[in-house]
Amino acid sequence: MRTALSRLTLHEPRTLAAALKLMRRAGPLVPVAGCTDVYVQLQFGTQPALAYVDLSRLSPLRKIRRQGDVLVIGALATFTDLICSRLVRKSLPMLVAASREIGGPQIQHRGTIGGNIANGSPAGDSLPVFAVAEAVVVLANADGERRVPFSAFYTGYRRSVLQSDELIVAVEIPAVEGAQWFRKVGTRAAQAISKVVMAAVRSPHPRIALGSVAPTVVRLPQTEATLASGAGIAEAQRVLKEEIRPIDDLRSTAAYRLQVSANLLEAFWETTA
Amino acid sequence: MAARKRTPPLVEMTVNGEAVTVDRAPMVRLLDVLREDLHLTGTKEGCGEGECGACTVLLDGEPVCSCLVPLAQARGREVVTIEGVPADHPLKRAFVEEGGAQCGMCTPGMIMAALSLPARPSLDAVRAGLAGNLCRCTGYEAIYRAVQKAASERIGGAE
Repeated sequence: MRTALSRLTLHEPRTLAAALKLMRRAGPLVPVAGCTDVYVQLQFGTQPALAYVDLSRLSPLRKIRRQGDVLVIGALATFTDLICSRLVRKSLPMLVAASREIGGPQIQHRGTIGGNIANGSPAGDSLPVFAVAEAVVVLANADGERRVPFSAFYTGYRRSVLQSDELIVAVEIPAVEGAQWFRKVGTRAAQAISKVVMAAVRSPHPRIALGSVAPTVVRLPQTEATLASGAGIAEAQRVLKEEIRPIDDLRSTAAYRLQVSANLLEAFWETTA
Repeated sequence: MAARKRTPPLVEMTVNGEAVTVDRAPMVRLLDVLREDLHLTGTKEGCGEGECGACTVLLDGEPVCSCLVPLAQARGREVVTIEGVPADHPLKRAFVEEGGAQCGMCTPGMIMAALSLPARPSLDAVRAGLAGNLCRCTGYEAIYRAVQKAASERIGGAE
């Protein structure tokens, strides 16, 4: 049943410091920005929280900048911001490709990168990109910041190392060497949740990540090593099919996901040859 | 701060060019405020989960799903609904002439999304711009024709 929205409270801090203080003293609070996930949960009555904190006016967190070789994307950058950013287009085109396939324009204008990471859906379309880019998630609480490698951020299905007093404030992305590739497979190009989503980088040490095939986004170290060793694509596809264990759910079947993942691997390898 | 938690402040915003003040809880959906408090029922609720685009309005000029916007986030901002688009606007006319509206449920959202397309959009640009709006009647072709026709008129004549 739909949550009664008039009963919910919302804190509206003006600064990050105020937001972090609230997270510690007034918690537990659910942070919101674009609301594109939280309001779906409220519509279905699956979000039990009664108190929220609105981060959407903390505009410094929306900046995208370069710091030396590192691309720093503020947690509040929207998918539209990413699509329009010259910095992102130049150094991380696979993130632009992913952003274009998230929802439709209405969702891209509102949804944020911090929200996509915090929501932690195994089907989150930006997440394979961060996995192959070997991004670092910057977390803050009232005491300071800490940096967590993206590969260590998730601990299970929709679970992460994020503590109840912490906010995701940015994602740092080191320079990515090699050709970037992204492909989402769903029922329809827009507005559909992925059946399988892959991001990959072609280099002497290829990097491959898949979404929607495990409780969290996953890298495929064995498949990567097979390709790095110079083995053929058929052998790499065989290894991939051993390496992932997708499941049947309402969006697809294990068998379909396995085959499509292998097909995507081949498409990646051929188009980046 | 403490007092604010008990009594949420009134929300002041601009809707279709007019300043309005709303006394509703901060997490109430902008969609419900538009329809129930301001009686602007042109904005439709389809899915209530950001999937169909029927509730699309412009928030500071950008198309958003008003079913996913808490009222508090509209504070101090400008909202435009289908009622704020003049009756003789080329898009409205073109939807009528091209059969772009059948049951009409998706039409307000389609028009609000189409308003932010670039001038003389290609068919691909129209499809991408309306990708967040679902229509169960037309098969989309009549809608795309209407949007392209309106765009050529807008370039040719007065806005």
